[in-house]
Amino acid sequence: MQAMVYRGPYRVRVEEKDRPVIEHPNDAIVRVTRAAICGSDLHLYHGMMPDTRVGTTFGHEFVGVVDEVGSSVRRLKPGDRVMVPFNIFCGTCFFCARGLYSNCHNVNPNATAVGGIYGYSHTTGGYDGGQAEYVRVPFADVGPSLIPEWLDDDDAVLLTDALATGYFGAQLGGIVEGDVVVVFGAGPVGLYAAKSAWLMGAGRVIVIDHLNDRLDKARTFAHAETYNFTEYDDIIVHLKKITEHLGADVAIDAVGAEADGNLLQHVTAAKLKLQGGSPVALNWAIDGVRKGGTVSVMGAYGPMFSAVKFGDAVNKGLTLRMNQCPVKRQWPRLFEHIRNGYLKPSDIVTHRIPLEHIAEAYHIFSAKLDGCIKPLIIPNAA
Amino acid sequence: MAYTPDKPKLPESTEQLRARIPGWGADLDPADRPSVPQEVFDPDFSGAHWEFPERQPERWPRERSIEHKFVTPVFGTACPPRGLSGAIRRYSYAKFSEGRAAHWLLLLAADRVDVAESVLRSLASRHPDNPITQTGVRAELSHHGLRSRLGQNRADVVHHPLDPIIVAAPWIAGAGLAYVLVRRVVSRRP
Repeated sequence: MQAMVYRGPYRVRVEEKDRPVIEHPNDAIVRVTRAAICGSDLHLYHGMMPDTRVGTTFGHEFVGVVDEVGSSVRRLKPGDRVMVPFNIFCGTCFFCARGLYSNCHNVNPNATAVGGIYGYSHTTGGYDGGQAEYVRVPFADVGPSLIPEWLDDDDAVLLTDALATGYFGAQLGGIVEGDVVVVFGAGPVGLYAAKSAWLMGAGRVIVIDHLNDRLDKARTFAHAETYNFTEYDDIIVHLKKITEHLGADVAIDAVGAEADGNLLQHVTAAKLKLQGGSPVALNWAIDGVRKGGTVSVMGAYGPMFSAVKFGDAVNKGLTLRMNQCPVKRQWPRLFEHIRNGYLKPSDIVTHRIPLEHIAEAYHIFSAKLDGCIKPLIIPNAA
Repeated sequence: MAYTPDKPKLPESTEQLRARIPGWGADLDPADRPSVPQEVFDPDFSGAHWEFPERQPERWPRERSIEHKFVTPVFGTACPPRGLSGAIRRYSYAKFSEGRAAHWLLLLAADRVDVAESVLRSLASRHPDNPITQTGVRAELSHHGLRSRLGQNRADVVHHPLDPIIVAAPWIAGAGLAYVLVRRVVSRRP
């Protein structure tokens, strides 16, 4: 089968790989019909995530058709159209029993701090991902769900991470009616978080980024008030001015490890790998939220330390909330919002690229060419 | 404002927001939010029909965090450790917990060694690495590389010139090393 393969920092190619096989009785093999590149895949692509091995296939956002099932699988059969959450989870460990599916303890021997994720280095379990024609899906009775007939693949694939994560991020903000919510980052997760903040009753939603195409999308898709931080000497001072020097009630970091806005932070983290991530957006969230406010962190960071302004978080009495999203818990409510016309996930898709052009797809997304916000990958077997 | 008790007035009323934003307030009640509260004890909800999953066969000794009691019942089987990078990875997992910087720094070092080993292996294969096509840099021409950057006031453009250096530096260093070795071998011949 054809699969995307990592060859080193900033280098990927398509290779012929062996089709995955059933390794556990509750495995399924899924033929991928749609995949996506996530902003967090760029951390792997740039060589930031420890234990990213040459030969690994990335991709934790994908949907497809069940091709084969293991002997203990009861809920799926070949031919079923399924969406697969980016979390791999067993359903019964201490954490899964409490709904913390992203924190499963039974799927990642390489680390206890993070659960299992498809195609996201050995630090999250060493699973190959879905930017390929076929993928192994463990715990087929627990993770995947049938795609409703009314939902097309382009929308469904965005529910496997980006939309669910943005929606979850807004929930962690604990938004109450009339709250001022500031979202740092107008990528897919930031756009969905901004949109979700309105669903939860926000009174004002502000989005901050430096890419004009994305800020345009934040205005049209997420109905947000937007600011380009490159146009201000100090974006935090501006944020304070437009909130009558109070700050936002809730701040959401939807950027993560490769944040721009401070060259020293970016270069030491993203280029020199001396930090787990460049915490510019996180520090802005801490500075920009009001005292007693809540910071929700949806950006992905590596496991190493980062230069976070923790003293200000303490002195301001902030509530810091964060987690990888337990995707499957979000789906029933998100289905309702989509059916009611409140959300159209694929409105943010800018590029649809065949799997055989995966190297160009990564470069376009990484360098933000052509106003790229969300690229979908179309495998040959789709 | 911040210096008096009342919250600043919002630019739009609830009625205006409801009229302008599709679905405004649909999840106003926290009970409608699927991750509120974040922890809900319900072991039957997931659909799992086991208390502890059956164990996946271990086809080679699987490296694991020493913070785990045992290898988890299910795990990924991509890219088993091999070569010098594999030895570094195994040492890092066997010796240091996730709480130690040495653990992660060794894994990052192993990643760089893995790249060098893989390039050398690829040169002896039918599909050698191509450091140009694999970067996807051709998209600069087909997807408006200049127009996407110039005049856009993007904060990231300032560090884009570092990317080709990061990609090219190991290749240039490798080529230089190979040249020195070949020259030394040739000069030793009588």
